[in-house]
Amino acid sequence: MERPKVTIEGNEAVAAIAHALSEVIAIYPITPSTPMGEYADAWSAAGRTNLWNTVPVVIEMQSEGGAAGAIHGSLQTGALATTFTASQGLLLMIPNMYKIAGELTPTVFHVAARSLATQALSIFGDHSDVMATRATGFALLASNSVQEAQDMALIAHASTLEARVPFLHFFDGFRTSHEINKIEQLTSDDIRAMIDDALVQAHRGRALSPNHPFIRGTAHNPDTYFQARETVNPFYLACPDIVQKYMDRFAALVGRQYHLFDYTGAPDAERVIIAMGSGAETAQETAEYLAARGEKVGVVKVRLFRPFSVAHFLQALPTTVTSIAVLDRTKEPGSIGEPLYLDVVAALNERAQGSPMPRVIGGRYGLSSKEFTPTMVRSIFEEMRKPEPKQHFTIGINDDVTHTSLEYDPAFSIESGDTVQCVFWGLGSDGTVGANKNSIKIIGEETDNHAQGYFVYDSKKSGSVTISHLRFGPRPIHAPYQIGANEANIVACHQFSFLERYDVLMYAKRGGVFLLDSSYGPDEVWQYLPIETQQEIRDKQLHFYMIDAHKVARETGMGGRINTVMQTCFFAISGILPREKAITQIKQSIRKTYGKRGEAVVQKNFQAIDETLAHLYEVAVPATDAATGAVAATPGQVRQAIPLPMLTRRPPVSSEAPAFVRDVLGPMIALAGDSLPVSALPCDGTYPSGTAQWEKRNISLEMPVWDADICIQCGKCVMVCPHAVIREKVFDAGLLENAPDTFLSADARFKEFPGMKYTLQVSPEDCTGCSLCVEACPVKDKRQVGHKAVNMAEQPPIREREKANWEFFLTLPEVDATNLNLGAIKNSQLLQPLFEFSGACSGCGETPYIKLITQLFGDRMIVANATGCSSIYGGNLPTTPWAINHEGRGPAWSNSLFEDNAEFGLGMRLTLDKQEEYARELIAQCADLVGDELVQALLSTNQSHEAGIRAQRERVAILKQRLERADGSDGRARNLLSVADALERKSVWIIGGDGWAYDIGYGGLDHVLASGRNVNILVLDTEVYSNTGGQASKATPRGAVAKFAARGKATPKKDLGMLAMAYGSAYVARIAMGANDQQTLHAILEAEAYDGPALIIAYSHCIAHGIEMSQGLEQQKLAVQTGYWPLYRYNPALFAEGKNPFSMDSKEPTQPLEKYVYNETRYRMLLQSNEDRAASLLALAKQDVKMRLHQYHEIALEYEPDTAAKPEHEQEQGRS
Amino acid sequence: MIDLTTTYLGLHLKNPLVASASPLSKKVDTVRSLEDAGAAAVVLYSLFEEQITHDSHELDHYLERGTHAYAEAIDYFPDLDHYNIGPEPYLEHLQRVKEAVSIPVIGSLNGISPGGWVQYARFIEQAGADALELNIYYLPTDPDLSSVELEETYIDLVRAVRSNVKIPLAVKLSPFFTSLPNMARRFVAAGANGLVLFNRFYQPDFDLEALEVVPNLDLSTSRDLRLPLRWIALLYGRIQADFALTSGVHTAQDVLKAMMAGASVAMTTSALLQYGPELVTRILGNIEEWMVVHEYTSINMMKGSMSQQAVAEPAAFERANYMKALNSFDPFLS
Repeated sequence: MERPKVTIEGNEAVAAIAHALSEVIAIYPITPSTPMGEYADAWSAAGRTNLWNTVPVVIEMQSEGGAAGAIHGSLQTGALATTFTASQGLLLMIPNMYKIAGELTPTVFHVAARSLATQALSIFGDHSDVMATRATGFALLASNSVQEAQDMALIAHASTLEARVPFLHFFDGFRTSHEINKIEQLTSDDIRAMIDDALVQAHRGRALSPNHPFIRGTAHNPDTYFQARETVNPFYLACPDIVQKYMDRFAALVGRQYHLFDYTGAPDAERVIIAMGSGAETAQETAEYLAARGEKVGVVKVRLFRPFSVAHFLQALPTTVTSIAVLDRTKEPGSIGEPLYLDVVAALNERAQGSPMPRVIGGRYGLSSKEFTPTMVRSIFEEMRKPEPKQHFTIGINDDVTHTSLEYDPAFSIESGDTVQCVFWGLGSDGTVGANKNSIKIIGEETDNHAQGYFVYDSKKSGSVTISHLRFGPRPIHAPYQIGANEANIVACHQFSFLERYDVLMYAKRGGVFLLDSSYGPDEVWQYLPIETQQEIRDKQLHFYMIDAHKVARETGMGGRINTVMQTCFFAISGILPREKAITQIKQSIRKTYGKRGEAVVQKNFQAIDETLAHLYEVAVPATDAATGAVAATPGQVRQAIPLPMLTRRPPVSSEAPAFVRDVLGPMIALAGDSLPVSALPCDGTYPSGTAQWEKRNISLEMPVWDADICIQCGKCVMVCPHAVIREKVFDAGLLENAPDTFLSADARFKEFPGMKYTLQVSPEDCTGCSLCVEACPVKDKRQVGHKAVNMAEQPPIREREKANWEFFLTLPEVDATNLNLGAIKNSQLLQPLFEFSGACSGCGETPYIKLITQLFGDRMIVANATGCSSIYGGNLPTTPWAINHEGRGPAWSNSLFEDNAEFGLGMRLTLDKQEEYARELIAQCADLVGDELVQALLSTNQSHEAGIRAQRERVAILKQRLERADGSDGRARNLLSVADALERKSVWIIGGDGWAYDIGYGGLDHVLASGRNVNILVLDTEVYSNTGGQASKATPRGAVAKFAARGKATPKKDLGMLAMAYGSAYVARIAMGANDQQTLHAILEAEAYDGPALIIAYSHCIAHGIEMSQGLEQQKLAVQTGYWPLYRYNPALFAEGKNPFSMDSKEPTQPLEKYVYNETRYRMLLQSNEDRAASLLALAKQDVKMRLHQYHEIALEYEPDTAAKPEHEQEQGRS
Repeated sequence: MIDLTTTYLGLHLKNPLVASASPLSKKVDTVRSLEDAGAAAVVLYSLFEEQITHDSHELDHYLERGTHAYAEAIDYFPDLDHYNIGPEPYLEHLQRVKEAVSIPVIGSLNGISPGGWVQYARFIEQAGADALELNIYYLPTDPDLSSVELEETYIDLVRAVRSNVKIPLAVKLSPFFTSLPNMARRFVAAGANGLVLFNRFYQPDFDLEALEVVPNLDLSTSRDLRLPLRWIALLYGRIQADFALTSGVHTAQDVLKAMMAGASVAMTTSALLQYGPELVTRILGNIEEWMVVHEYTSINMMKGSMSQQAVAEPAAFERANYMKALNSFDPFLS
């Protein structure tokens, strides 16, 4: 039977099976499994039915724990239920997994296996999460490739129904979940043939029902629990054979034969590697390559890891084996070995007595998607030959600390000549990856070739680099690793500036093709290439093509998206299809992808395609440097006698950077982090603050320029800058003596600083060009109203000049905040931000709030940060934005998890409070050591203002000096020294997004609000799970389209502030900087001053709203003006003063809600897809606005002091 | 018996009052009330090619922006199965209106590109429009674009549409042609069956406080009638086409003047937006009343009766009259 060949990613392949075989699907977003939930949700929303012709229910839960609970309940009541997850999300499911397994309930959890957050979070792939579940009683079934992920998904669903053992089907996160590969798609007939309806009905028959009631979930006592636990043994004993049975049935049906353990390699192998997951594919490829060359090697691929069948395993193992290496893609610190190794050893131990015992070594590989390549496999086989091979080795890293790692030859390759390999360097926003996904689909589906695409992304959300790895050829492509150095037939660089930063051509093979997007023409481009690039082109004898793709894109209305242009070039150069056919296919694919968005979009792309070939040139590479008139030089040297000026590649960080930044973070920035040895990295996840300043990314072609003449020095531009690249200082005029000539200044317009100078300065190399500063600027030049006090200008011509100015600016002293009225925006903006140059999206709506808080309290703040956007732009390597001031103080930052952040922050507060209490107790006992006066001063301190805090710091410094000098024999001094810092006021900030605060972390947040402890909670409310790509949260407003709410969210946004106010003891504020920056500042100051829990809900415009980010502030204004986002503050401290704690800070709506909502794609797309529903949800949303405002007015009235409630004469009447 | 019937674009209309393109026609119910009130035909609100193109590009832009750049968020929106982007909603609405009323329904198209005009005109014809009004509005800002080139573009557009649709075609034009009669003749030669005089342009205003350019919408008054009135009177009899007068039609007198100038129909929008569909009934009643009083038995009787060719003093429409008018104005008299 002919089955369709499709070129899809692993997640889609798996989700299709899961959706076809489920009735209830409970989901929660977590990378890299999120797309499975998204597919399932989208399919159900579109009415796609399962095998039984009914549409599965898809429900998003508030956490993975919630999803597992919902699944458990669905299963207990007889539904076929499934879920998708990864990493810590899977860990949150563990309690329910024990229950589900204990109750012998058939289900399949599909897991895109991912690292666990340990010393650091990682979103990438390994088996740490899956291995943490191996005691739950779930069967663990591994698949190694996209094809297998589909096939095993079906085998898992079929097996679980018969075995009654629940299944966890897993495949490698990103490597398999996000790899696109050409696979044979199973048909519904195939699925039908694998599923026995009688088993489905049996499952329903076991369900809880009041019609035939029974009780499940009892509590046992010591008398019976143990025996009852042993009752499941027969099911686990039978399970492997059941799985094999379905594997055999699958083979008979489809032709692909799987076994619980598949052996491949030399039949008489002596050295055998045992592995599972995509790494087993690499091992297999290499073993077959070596075996074909006479080596006695082989690989056992483990598919069913639990229940582990010793019999099947031994059967698979060649009897000739003498040496075994077991590879685990996980790490269990402290264990004898990792799980698969231990199981293999145990299995061998259970063989018939007398069989010769092979030597077994265990090793770790591929953690967090670390590359695992054929050369590493060969190295392991080589190790196994040694008389004393390394036990518990690692491969793929350089462990220079405990020396576990094996060496390997980077030059070894097993790539066959008939596979074409292509590497594309793209800028995140240019559409490169999208185009390559399209290309690989075209190749996979429109030619006889097999095809594979894998995409490597940046950890930055703005100006990110993407590298696409595409392979195609006549044979199936199994290589689950990236294209290596000197292997690519084609290397394309879609951003000229990458040549300055990276070794782009490292991938190119000799005689290959280099395609460059360049604004320099074919006659001049050569001279602008960095010298290293020129050298490489010559050395590797590359054929060099160029196109000004950005120009073609611009002229055809494609804007900055060069995807279509570069895709056309690729097909034109690669010759994979005849040009005409290729163009037809690209056009077809464009119509298929974009057609529904309108003909105009299709035509725009078509035009770009048609224009491309006329602008594609092959560049003649000068045979020698003499031909160009330049003098040859080795890389790094400055050329002399140059008619053609030459660039050299820039170092990743300045040579002035601290050693750690230069030697450790530098290679990471240069994409060479793989080369760092174990010893280079901190052992406990602790990294220095303030490193983002060293990573000059230069990602914007535009930057703001100051017009000192018309500037009113209001500080608004500084306040809204998401990346802290625009700053102001007031300083003595005398300091200008050493200023660069182009450094601008004006007389300071601050009453506090008479006679001083003022400067507004931009860091050109850190600016992302978002232009929020220009939007925020209230000044309009009277002669030219479009001109403001800051205006965007081209960056490259002024980069060097402004860089020098910025460096000088940094040398100017910071303003002393001690006696400054920080309640004024312009004053607050003189303070040094201690959150700078983050990798957040250009124009981010969240970061200005964080930055403002660091300006106000950065020198004394400690931050608990929930996982999400803010933990990624706040803490993702290589460099991080949390900074340090000139005194060495700055925010101390940590991210625990997603769900526990409020509790994490509370814990910080508890420590600080306890240590302060203890310190005070100790001080009282230490008067003899440090003096009465100091003791009294330290204990009676007033730290409610900046001056008080500073005075206390000075006292603590003196205290420490005296303690250092004191006689330490009685231990008091040492003890007090260790907690003395707690006497200085600290500010605890609990920061996270709405996904955390409204959903997964709400329970904890609620508890912390109720605790009465002095913590400040900042909720960066983007109204969706921004970091995982815009899934609905309970903060998502009614009528907005989000993932998991594709038909527009039907229910209103949860009013978190109202819930918090209900305690009456928590400070609550709702703010929107773009609408009212002064109210924002006041709220933050009040919240911090409030001695108790404070909750600030901050409107944060987001890329997931579908607005121009430069318009974010204007949109915030509209949110307030339409009544959608009322501003208020609720300050329980005012009770004591007999005042109303609640104040509405925004006026009655002055604009219709439509004006706000229909500025945003998230609302507009519902209008464009379902006008009637949009209209009815809008009507309800308007009611929501009305009702909320009414409620707030009620609260305001409720707290209104009696005397103000009625006019005086009415009160008197009342008395009479 | 007063005969109010007239013929416009080959359509036999029960009276000369037509509801012109406005938001009123966005709802089927309102169109039905216009019919009930007595409107002889309705011109549907305009299908704006720019709007379709703009919506399409915008949707594409926001759905694509930021995608495939960052590993955790490959994209930010669900890509829905279907978007009502394109002319479909307009065409579906046209069909619904056609089903709901028995008066002729005239489609209106406001385009920018040659391909767009032809394609959308065809769609409108296929959706069942009785006629099509082409709303030609182009604001030239390029100093290199000559009037000759621009005029040629207009004519080419009309020609292209004419050769692709069979339904009657009207061109709604601007008064700002150097030689309006010449343009009118060329439009007719290119295939227009009727001319609609004139398009009103919404001029932006300045907000002095915010120092911003702001959109501004003023409704017409009866004073605005004079410009189209003059030009229809001038063109009637010279150009072989039906004329529709639009701008400033608020009263029965306005309609009567339009007829006498030579218009086949008078179109009204602003008055309807102000007073609602029932105004139609009032105007029609007043027309009949006036005709009775003044002993007119049919609209045809008065049609063109005060056109330039028909009046005793043709110069009244021309430049000499301008001098006279200027001289007659003395601010101190009032």
